[in-house]
Amino acid sequence: MRIIVCAKQVPDTSEVKIDPVKKTIIREGVPSILNPDDANALEEALKIKDQYPDTKISVVTMGPPQAKDMLIECIAMGADEGVLLSDRAVGGSDTWSTSNALAATIRKMGPYDLIFAGRQAIDGDTAQVGPQIAEKLGLPQVTYVMDFSIDPNQKDITVKRQLEDGYEEIRIQAPCMLTAIKELNTPRYMTVNGIVHACSPEADIKVWNAKDVEVDLATVGLDASPTNVYRSFTPAPKPPGIKLEADGEKELAKLLLLKLKETHAI
Amino acid sequence: MNFQLTKEQEFVRKMVREFAEAEVEPIAADIDKEHRFPVENVAKMGKLGLMGVPFPKEWGGAGSDHISYAITVEELSRVCATTGVICSAHTSLCVWPIWTYGTDEQKKKYLPGLCTGKKLGAFGLTEPNAGSDASATQTKAVDMGDHWLLNGAKVFITNGGYADVFVVTAMTDKSAGTRGISAFIVEKDYEGFSIGKTEDKMGICGSSTTELIFKDCVVPKENLLGNLGQGFKIALSTLDGGRIGIASQALGIAQGAFDVTVEYMKSRKQFGKPLSRMQALQFDMAEMKTRIEAARLLIYRAANMKDKHLPYGQESAMAKYFAAETAMYVTTKAVQLHGGYGYMRDYPLERMMRDAKITEIYEGTTEVQKIVIAASIFK
Repeated sequence: MRIIVCAKQVPDTSEVKIDPVKKTIIREGVPSILNPDDANALEEALKIKDQYPDTKISVVTMGPPQAKDMLIECIAMGADEGVLLSDRAVGGSDTWSTSNALAATIRKMGPYDLIFAGRQAIDGDTAQVGPQIAEKLGLPQVTYVMDFSIDPNQKDITVKRQLEDGYEEIRIQAPCMLTAIKELNTPRYMTVNGIVHACSPEADIKVWNAKDVEVDLATVGLDASPTNVYRSFTPAPKPPGIKLEADGEKELAKLLLLKLKETHAI
Repeated sequence: MNFQLTKEQEFVRKMVREFAEAEVEPIAADIDKEHRFPVENVAKMGKLGLMGVPFPKEWGGAGSDHISYAITVEELSRVCATTGVICSAHTSLCVWPIWTYGTDEQKKKYLPGLCTGKKLGAFGLTEPNAGSDASATQTKAVDMGDHWLLNGAKVFITNGGYADVFVVTAMTDKSAGTRGISAFIVEKDYEGFSIGKTEDKMGICGSSTTELIFKDCVVPKENLLGNLGQGFKIALSTLDGGRIGIASQALGIAQGAFDVTVEYMKSRKQFGKPLSRMQALQFDMAEMKTRIEAARLLIYRAANMKDKHLPYGQESAMAKYFAAETAMYVTTKAVQLHGGYGYMRDYPLERMMRDAKITEIYEGTTEVQKIVIAASIFK
């Protein structure tokens, strides 16, 4: 079977800072990483390949030319192929435009049995692109997948979908779109052998532009995006709370009242 | 001249660092305290290709180069010097001489298992009376017609207690001096071969350092490595490469101590400001970082020359001498900058300082490195 994995190169948000004046993300010196949920998506595809070695895994991404590094990482983990859609025409896309561009790219990539995406990217946190791609490709979808199994017929799939207070067990048939969460698995490391292959000229990495994927240019890029970022900011850090202790509820209430008055809260 | 790592080398660093921080660092203090060999991580390293980094894929290796190998040992040692030396001794001292001097049959038999970490390798050169002076080797190998018979003992053998395959030197013709030394491949199960005392050491406590005992040990005829009488040359060229590994271990220890200290200095406040804002201490850090970078450049240059098949004996000796001294300098300073905390076992610094010392001693002491360097000046 052929599995397509949607992935995104993102700034490592554990090291990201926001310019206090311009309110934009300072990207300088911030390492770029494979989006964590997407690593879970790729890992699940790799597990299927471990089980059924005929499986072909293609990773697709949209981004600047340096996003190729992320595809190298995916191939070094075990993916067979990487496709990068890189074009100024798709720059500044919101989720709607991005899913238009990626759906067109996936159509161009040819037949597939399964699409895995991460639940959401850590830079935008929208969780919209995966589901939107499914809509645009006319595929059934299950989001927040925390457990996955596939029948030997490589068609019938059973997944657990995480809810706030439990999970749903859902049966679905390929072709479909599934979005992965971190509970699904632990992504594997690259291997040195994999890195050597992924960095060699033999590595199957394609870089396409908007023309290559035949996407309607009126549906991609900044101008076509119905949403725009109004402002980015770092929330002011909350001061640590205090715990009040006293003998009995009345004493405690008195103490609380005192503290609230002290801080002019009442 | 190009000071840029290749993409491949950069990815190797990223991958080994991820592995080291997630799997090696969490047990580093425990294996040191318990003097426990980290078998579980060695198996994982094998699967990731870390036990055969510079060897061709056709022999089971990862197909990368010696800079990637140096980076591997460096990144492992950055969090655990024990794990670093397991990889270094295995790769440089056992797999490399078999790959370089072995027959096709020997390579076919040993390399795939060794390069994938299914088998662990070690190297037996040092004897009680033959340390830096390998010509005083007393272990003897006698040609018995259809096999070799080895008698004698080796000491301080890294990986000794856990290795499956050993490259061992023995005297085959005492009258020929160093030209009477030959090298052999010995498997752990050979008749007459046993592991002696396990050493209790100051540092790298998780690594297994043992005696090897040969008592009428039967070694198959075809396990002579290289030519008869070539053992001394094999040993010296093996050590030239091994020095890149140990230099990388020293570099990793220094970098690890440095990184821990940077974080500590940012958070530790005295006299109303963090240590990182005190200029005298900043100067210490500037000195440490400069030495670390100088060591790194010496090591990568030696590794690069090895990959290009250029003579690199002098360069690897300089790299090992300087990196080892850097490891001692940096860890000693790092302990000092941590004050009382640096001396406590709750922090990794005291372990790093104990681990650093051995890099000035094994695979040629600092003094021996200077002999090698001086010899190339006045040849």
